[in-house]
Amino acid sequence: MNKIEQRLLEQVADLHEMPEGAYSLRINGALASKRDSAHIQIVKKEDKPGIDIYIAPGTKNESVHIPVLLAETGLKETVYNDFHVGEDCDVTIVAGCGIHNCGVQDSEHSGIHTFYVERGAKLKYVEKHYGEGDGNGKRVMNPTTEVYLGPDSYMEMETTQIKGVDSTIRTTNAKLEAGSTLIIHEKIMTHGDQFAKTDFHVELNGEGCGTHVVSRSVAKDRSRQTFLSHVSGNAPCSGHTECDAIIMDDAKVTALPQIEANHVDASLIHEAAIGKIAGEQLIKLMTLGLTEKEAEEEIINGFLR
Amino acid sequence: MLELKNVSYILPDGHAILKDVNLSIGERFVAVTGPNGSGKSTLAKLIAGIYTPSSGKILLDGEDITNLSVTDRAKAGISFAFQQPVRFKGITVKDLISIAAGRKITLAETCHYLSEVGLCAKNYVNREVDASLSGGELKRIEIAMINARSTKFSVFDEPEAGIDLWSFNNLIEVFRRMYDKTKGTILIISHQERILDIADRIILVSGGTVSASGTKEEILPGLLGMTAGCRFTEREDRHE
Repeated sequence: MNKIEQRLLEQVADLHEMPEGAYSLRINGALASKRDSAHIQIVKKEDKPGIDIYIAPGTKNESVHIPVLLAETGLKETVYNDFHVGEDCDVTIVAGCGIHNCGVQDSEHSGIHTFYVERGAKLKYVEKHYGEGDGNGKRVMNPTTEVYLGPDSYMEMETTQIKGVDSTIRTTNAKLEAGSTLIIHEKIMTHGDQFAKTDFHVELNGEGCGTHVVSRSVAKDRSRQTFLSHVSGNAPCSGHTECDAIIMDDAKVTALPQIEANHVDASLIHEAAIGKIAGEQLIKLMTLGLTEKEAEEEIINGFLR
Repeated sequence: MLELKNVSYILPDGHAILKDVNLSIGERFVAVTGPNGSGKSTLAKLIAGIYTPSSGKILLDGEDITNLSVTDRAKAGISFAFQQPVRFKGITVKDLISIAAGRKITLAETCHYLSEVGLCAKNYVNREVDASLSGGELKRIEIAMINARSTKFSVFDEPEAGIDLWSFNNLIEVFRRMYDKTKGTILIISHQERILDIADRIILVSGGTVSASGTKEEILPGLLGMTAGCRFTEREDRHE
């Protein structure tokens, strides 16, 4: 890895080099290296770009890292990664994409991730997106996440896009079976002329399943954000979708949370709030000695933590 | 020593909230009391720099701070505990106390400041200062921040407002301890006799002016007399 690639890796995975255990590293449109562990097998797809990740039933306290780095300008790719999480696993998957574009052509990465989480398994999925480079070429990421949660399984999904991505359309579709739980925490900050759209569709199909979809975002400068969330309750279940956005400067934010009950015992709640930073929050921090600018940074950092 | 010289605060519609207030405050513990709407909170906000006087001057240790911003007054040594503490999403108790102290502080120091205000530190250090905290908890964290700043002039705007009796009893203890420890001046806006009772001096504000100022022996009997009058009126109402 060169220095640019190392920096991207640090941003998207908090790593300086590839960690112990299973990993797959994709650089500039090709699989650079991968490693299996005793319980985790990574298999390159033959028919299209991407990998299959097989996690053996009962695997506990292991993690898989699958960072993607793009440092060449004008590179466009769509990658299909399928995760097969066996019964009663307890694992963490860390994915991330970093784009460095200092050229004039657009760079684009679309990751299509599909999760099959089997009965009783517990999965934490962490995804970070980051862009940099001072060229005029845009940095574009359009991730799609498909989730199938088996009975009594649990998945926590944490997605972060804080800097440098010019355009993103993030789509997440999930289907939940009985007793399963899906928790989603999304954090987004846009600035300049960036655009970010997120679209969640969660189907609560099994008795006793539940979801909690939480999005926190900050829109600065002239950036635009759209939050769409559709939770449908098709069984006795509980669903909660929440969007909380701080709007600044000349930004524009749209929030459309939608809930649909198709069963009398479906309990669904939606919340959406958009507003600028409260004046009293700024004043409070200023009475502690911070300047207005410092206070603003503290409030945003806390909000997106 | 904080001085207010001929300070007035007049709203754009001409309504005067404070009129020609003159005060010199240098004792360890001074209480400001008076009816609702008399201008007490406005006085506190003028001192903290949140409001700017329409006329008059504010001096801290002889230096004119009238035109200093909120930030610069904080840096000059003024602290202000809000009547309604502010909630923050994602910012923890430890973050706020660190910001107040103006440096990265250790876990042990954070715990010390929380214990001082009667909070079990390990339950609070990493809690977000958001809607999950009760009014009483927020008030104490607000006080812990002021303690962490330890500036020469601290203003508390009705620290007892909105908290239950149980918390209030503890709060009195907190202020008693602060009285013993402070090296500067504590100015506290309060309606509570037990807080007024600690004060070296009581300032009575009514109708936008300072109507009386003196020791508790001089001021308290008059205040209690006012209360008795109200009770009498209430009894008369019930008889009718």
